[in-house]
Amino acid sequence: MNALYSLLFVFLLVLIPLFGVDAAHMRTFFGVCVPTTAFIIFLIGFVYKVIIWGRSAVPFRIPTTGGQFRSYDPELFKQNKLDCPQTGAQTFFRMALEVLAFRSLFRNTRVSLYQGKDYPVVAYKSSKWLWVFAITFHYSFFIIALRHLRLFLEPVPFFVNGLDFVDGLLQIGAPVMYLTNVGLVLGVLLLLGRRLVLPRINYISYVSDYFPLFLILAIALSGIYMRYYAKVDVIAIKELTMGLVTFSYTVPETIAAPFFVHVFLVSCLMVYFPFSKLMHMPGVFLSPTRNLPNDTRAKHHVNPWNDPNIKAHAYADYEKQFGVPMAEAGLPLDNPENGKAPAEEEA
Amino acid sequence: MSDIPKADELFKSIDYNPPTTGWMETPVDFSPGHWCYPAKPEKIEYMDSKLPGLWGPAREWLPSNDDWKLPPNWKEIVVNGFRERLKKFRTLQVYMDICVRCGACADKCHYFIGSGDPKNMPVLRAELMRSVYRGEFTLAGKILGNLTGSRVMEEDVLKEWFIYFYQCTQCRRCSLYCPYGIDTAEMTMMARELMHLVGLNTNWIMEPVANCNITGNHLGIQPHAFKDIVDFMVDDIEEVTGRKVKAPLNEHGHEILFITPSGDVFADPGIYTFMGYLLLFDYLDLDYTLSTYASEGGNFGSFTNNEVMKKLNAKMYAEAERLGCKWILGGECGHMWRVVHQYMDTMNGENQWSGMTTPKSPITGTVFETSAATKMLHITEFTSDLIKHNKLKLDPSRNDHLRVTFHDSCNPARGMGLLEEPRYVLKHVCNNYFEMPEGTTREQTFCCAGGAGLNTDEIMEIRLRGGLPRGNALRYVQEKHGVNLMACICAIDRATLIPLADYWAPGVGISGVHELVANALVLEEGEVRTMDMRQEPLPGFEDEDDDWTPPNMEDA
Repeated sequence: MNALYSLLFVFLLVLIPLFGVDAAHMRTFFGVCVPTTAFIIFLIGFVYKVIIWGRSAVPFRIPTTGGQFRSYDPELFKQNKLDCPQTGAQTFFRMALEVLAFRSLFRNTRVSLYQGKDYPVVAYKSSKWLWVFAITFHYSFFIIALRHLRLFLEPVPFFVNGLDFVDGLLQIGAPVMYLTNVGLVLGVLLLLGRRLVLPRINYISYVSDYFPLFLILAIALSGIYMRYYAKVDVIAIKELTMGLVTFSYTVPETIAAPFFVHVFLVSCLMVYFPFSKLMHMPGVFLSPTRNLPNDTRAKHHVNPWNDPNIKAHAYADYEKQFGVPMAEAGLPLDNPENGKAPAEEEA
Repeated sequence: MSDIPKADELFKSIDYNPPTTGWMETPVDFSPGHWCYPAKPEKIEYMDSKLPGLWGPAREWLPSNDDWKLPPNWKEIVVNGFRERLKKFRTLQVYMDICVRCGACADKCHYFIGSGDPKNMPVLRAELMRSVYRGEFTLAGKILGNLTGSRVMEEDVLKEWFIYFYQCTQCRRCSLYCPYGIDTAEMTMMARELMHLVGLNTNWIMEPVANCNITGNHLGIQPHAFKDIVDFMVDDIEEVTGRKVKAPLNEHGHEILFITPSGDVFADPGIYTFMGYLLLFDYLDLDYTLSTYASEGGNFGSFTNNEVMKKLNAKMYAEAERLGCKWILGGECGHMWRVVHQYMDTMNGENQWSGMTTPKSPITGTVFETSAATKMLHITEFTSDLIKHNKLKLDPSRNDHLRVTFHDSCNPARGMGLLEEPRYVLKHVCNNYFEMPEGTTREQTFCCAGGAGLNTDEIMEIRLRGGLPRGNALRYVQEKHGVNLMACICAIDRATLIPLADYWAPGVGISGVHELVANALVLEEGEVRTMDMRQEPLPGFEDEDDDWTPPNMEDA
């Protein structure tokens, strides 16, 4: 049901520019105003959220340690530097692996229960599917985003041309098919499929989990349609996109409707991004269980709101309370007076 | 315990398929057995006199009743407290925002594995809070409501929190697998802080908290009684070894203050570990003292709120200062070491007295730079260093009647990284050592299902369900290698793993690491022991008139 709602939303979003551009002739609105506004909302929303996170205090250093810590004898007990970093550099590498290789997800296991010969068994199996889907999806998306830089930069930087070349290495079709286009569509479909098919994942999925997947799928498909089927006027599009970044707006007449659909969907994604779970992208950098070294036993860390007024129950009070039995038991007292029984008992 | 199903039946009852109703619509079972008893009012009154304003109304109440006697403005208190904590804890703020519900954590929680209850999936446990965060604090959540899984704070929501945030042992296994490191332990700590503000609490946590503050230990053992117990253990050690060991208490002017969880003073089998410490220290002629005032290593504040955690922990440095100790040696304990390793210096570091120095073993001269800030050393670091320098004469064959495995306690494993030291010690004091299967040990270890204040009998079925992953791994090595003892470095484990093993792997005993050290320790050349620390005869020394054999030596 949640998935259906999301699909419906995305359909509606596709219809808006189709009608807007063709029927209402709002070409400038959909070609310039919408993407510019969306980009501004994205930027402000994104930065605002990260500032909120940054302002929130980090009272304690609580990395999740995923291996042996640095021991007093690192020769005898080898430290797992990547999963239990003790220095800034080690932490950097842990984070790099987390961000670039999804290392924690790579650990994933799957539990299963079965009746063994003599006793029931709980078994754990390495399960890398989610990792494969996620890597495929994210890297495809990332490379596609980088490839789009050619629309916003003149001259086109060498690495963008390089990416284009490598991405189209298979030389299938004309225009050449990009691997990442296949990767993105496949990745989204797999991630969607798992949400629909796996009962537990289905159970925890909201509309807000399906919506970005359908939206990205629609963006990918509209892009592919433009390139391979509609064969839109790329020169004219570049004129428009360069206009966006140089603030000299122009909407050439030769640009066809599919382009506006694509741009509108991307704009929706940009607006949606800062208010949604998609913020996991910057968030992973700020996760205190990952981005801190495991060193608080060796190095002092400051908690900005540490309350110096919270003090231990004083020993003096303790001795006052238990002094008499302590004295009887032969335990040493700081104040011998505390060991004397109260006067009325002596009498 | 009588109405708990047999292990096989319980196993068959586990169903990982979620119910047909959505999780927000699925009602919560408040019948007895699903919750821990609320705190006695006098415990709350006492704590409120020490740390005012954190506890809500002290009162009699029961979760099975409809009326939980919340203060009239409870909603305001919870929502404001939530907002405040978003600013105080980046973990909370970020983890409220970035979960993508990928489900990688879902089958990592021992409570989920043993129950199949979807709200025990870490992702949903956190969603119990996250849904409120979105509904109360975010624009998207306020506008789009249910589409984004948002809801506002209601009494039913709060009640649901009480059930499920007291079904999390803060073991952090889920956070290891989360691609963003989202730590459910943080969420549980925050939810419990908020619930305390409106008077939702459990006695198994609050009574120890009050006791720790008053008597220094969670059992409420008063100083003279503490001394009696220690004297009793000294006698027992003499019975086993013929050696009358020193057990200095509250003495000024020693180099080292030794602090261990008080559970080891009180209950079998922890006492044998405690006796192990006493024997080892006497053998080394270590310049140390115990304290009755700081007689609790564990910190029940870490199951309660940050204020209490700090207050209880402060005793350690206060006592080191009073007694003039240069550094602190800490015994085998799980959450105690999470607090010592990741919180102590931050909370109370500035209260160290000037005479404290980086721990240096007086026997080997090793300076432990790893604890340069806290000045507190883990006993297995200390002992492994002794073994490495050949300072202990050990006869591991005295543990030959034992086939030993090691349970990594959650906190030393995932909140510290202490994995090799205890293994090194164990491998030097016993000949038969076996690891449990991969995926259940080291950083992937499974909880005993009784940590974080859940070690109480009224939720025994929940504990035994949560104990399935650990128990089943234990059963595996029991069948495969004949393992009959699981060693651990945690006092809560030593209490909770016993019913767990009895249920899932009957016949396996539980011990601390230093109990086995004491068994193997050769006090003087040619020393012959006839019994182990439990006063059970060693093989070859069984009393011939007595045909009783200890449980862990029975043939299957």
